[in-house]
Order: sequence, then C-alpha cells, then structure tokens
Amino acid sequence: MTGLLTSWGEWLPRLLEGLVTSVELTAASLLLGIPLGLVLALLSSSRTRAVRWAAIALVEIGRGTPALVMLQFVYYGLPSAGLSLTAFVSAVAALSLTTAGYTSEILRGGLQAVPAGETEAAGALGMSHRDTLRFVVVPQGVRIALPSLMGFAILIFQATSLTFTISVVELLSQAYSIGAATFRYLDVLVLAGLLYLAVTIPAGLLTNRTERRLSRHL
Amino acid sequence: MEVLEAVLLGVPVTLLVTVAALALGAVLAVPLAAARRSRVVPLRWLGRVVIDVVRGIPPVVWLFLIFFGLGRDLIRLEPIEAGIIGLGVISAGYLAEIYRGGLSAVHAGQWEAASALGMGGTDTLVRVVAPQAFRVSLPAVTTYAISLLKDSTIVSAIGVSEILFRATQSARSTGAGLTPFFVAAAVYILLSAPLAWLSRGLDARLRARVAR
Repeated sequence: MTGLLTSWGEWLPRLLEGLVTSVELTAASLLLGIPLGLVLALLSSSRTRAVRWAAIALVEIGRGTPALVMLQFVYYGLPSAGLSLTAFVSAVAALSLTTAGYTSEILRGGLQAVPAGETEAAGALGMSHRDTLRFVVVPQGVRIALPSLMGFAILIFQATSLTFTISVVELLSQAYSIGAATFRYLDVLVLAGLLYLAVTIPAGLLTNRTERRLSRHL
Repeated sequence: MEVLEAVLLGVPVTLLVTVAALALGAVLAVPLAAARRSRVVPLRWLGRVVIDVVRGIPPVVWLFLIFFGLGRDLIRLEPIEAGIIGLGVISAGYLAEIYRGGLSAVHAGQWEAASALGMGGTDTLVRVVAPQAFRVSLPAVTTYAISLLKDSTIVSAIGVSEILFRATQSARSTGAGLTPFFVAAAVYILLSAPLAWLSRGLDARLRARVAR
C-alpha cells in the first residue's frame, strides 16, 4: 500500500500537468462553443426560412456526429483539404463544434421558457426587437439554461479525454504513457480516474445546488 | 466504393457493441436503481456513490482501466469484450437513474390502491408499478441508446474495428482524405434515425397507458 502511495506521489505532478491541459481544453471549447451555440439558437428561430434551416442543419451535424468522429475528422481529415492544425487547436475546434450543437438546443429551451408576456411588455415599452433580445430575453433565458449548461460543461470536460487519440497530452495521455513505461497500467489509471472524479463530483454537486437556487425564483 | 465497403464492415461490430453493452447495462442497472430507492440508508448511499463514480469518470478512462488495467494483470480480455464490459458498466449508471425516474413517476396512489386490494410489496412492484415505470422510462432509454450508439465510437481507442476505426484506417492508408469521415457520419445518422423515430412514436403510445 505504501509502495502504491509512493508511486502515486511520483506520478502526480505529471498527471496534474495533464489535468491542467484538460481543463484548458474544456475552458477554450466552452468559451468558443457557447457563444456560437447562442447565435445558432437565435438563428434557428429566425423568420427567414433559409437562415433557420441552415442553423438547424449545423446544430444537427454538431449534435449528431460523435465527438470522436469530429476530432478525427478535424485532425486526420482536414489536412487533406489543405488545412493542417496542431493537435491542441484541432481538439478545441472539434469540441467547440460539438459544444455549439448541444448548447444551442439547451439555450433554445431556455429562451423559449421566458414568458411571452416579457417580449410583449418590452414591445409595449417601445423597445426594438434587438434590444428586447439583448436586455430582456437572452439574460433570462441564459439564467434558466444555466444548470443544464453546467451539466454539459462536465460532459465536455470528460470528452477532453478523447483528445488523447489525436495526441493531445492531457490527463489520460499522461497516465497512459506512464503506464506504458512502468507496466503498471491499473495503478496509474486508477489515480487518473480519481483525478477526473475530483473535478466531476464537486462540479456535479455545484450544478445541483445552482439548479435548486435558481428554481426558487421560478 | 472501397471506402464505403471498408466503413460498412464496421457496422455489425458497432451494433454488437451497442446492443450487448445496453443489455448488460439494463440488467446491472436494476440492483443499482433498487439500492438507490432502498429504505436502508447505507445501501442508498452505496448506490449513489457507485452511480456517481461510474458517471464521473470519462468513458475512455473506463475502457483503459478495464482493458489495460485489469486486462494486463488479472484477466486476459479481448478488446471487444473490454469494450462491451466498459460501456455496459457506464450504461448501468445512466440507466439506473432513468429507472429511478420512471419509478418515481408512477403515482403514489397506485401503491396505495394495490395495498388496499391486499397486494404485497413485491407483487405491487412487479405487477402494478414496474410495468408503468417501464412505459415511462422507455423513451429515455431509447434516447440513451442513441447516445450509446455514438459513444460506442470510443471502443476504437482500444483497437476494436468498428465504424470509426475502419474510417480512420482507410483515411490514413488510401489517402482518401475526408470521404471516409463523411461516410462514417452518414452511417451513424442513418443508424440513429430509426431509433429516434421509434422513440417519438413509442412515447405518445406508452404515455397513454400510464395512470396519472
């Protein structure tokens, strides 16, 4: 047991380095993906049919394609179309697209949950359509969608482990290379699993708390 | 044409992994859901911890734990076996929560009515509550099956030659570029479309047969 703990202590710095990369990937994908998702959510209820259909098609592709297919497509596929990206950039691009697809549906649900009376009241006060969206509908819609968005953020954090397949040096990749060097796969992978749990379980509890707090006012 | 053939060869493997993992998960989820609703507090906690751990660790990490971790030292596992066990365990975690949701959706009056008719606890569960809970949870289960179909791509990471594995392979070896990925994406959409359609149809039909 002490032998295991000593090895864990030895491996921990490298795994933490990997964990930082995983968190960076998550943050970058969310920062790019959620605004894109919001734009798609707004466009998918556009009054122009062509715009609406294009937005819905993008959302369905983003949601319908497995994250791993998206990753392999960007990293192995796009270079043949003349676009070579580094592993990290490919990972961010692919995960952002997936994020945009899923969050646009979450945000659309949130925006629709804002009572129609709010829009009517804003209209009666002489607010323009754009101002109504910006100051009335979007702030409330995002607030309603917040718990689901947080839940999705946890899933994207877990999905960063897939970027191992395109040689991004994140947590799983670090664990695997330690395993390959020491032949102690089980020991190092258990530690990696615990590190993932150290992020996902508190994040899950926080999501539940946010959900309870926000639903108090509905 | 060569690409299409290569990718299509992966379809039976993808379907086998998905169906077997779902079946394994559907069975393992029953005791988990029961523990989650148990009257014994430690059992309830145990159920919750197991579900949180299963769902809190990324699927690929589970596959690696089972294939490289257990598979190297303890028991020899083929990649496809490790893939099915890994995805099955994860499915159990998610399905247990779906079952639990289904059970709590059945009106408390159903339990009371059964007990007023002199039915025992097990009898009530098996003959009154479970059939209705099943109808309530089936749409959620089909939705989960669709996401599992897509998640099954990750077994390619431990070398199971399913759809994505073959697509990547043919992209690298034939220089076919983007085509294999488009084919793979199209195949996934074609496979999940009937499931989605089934789920929508079932939802309306089954909900009509649940007491409220």
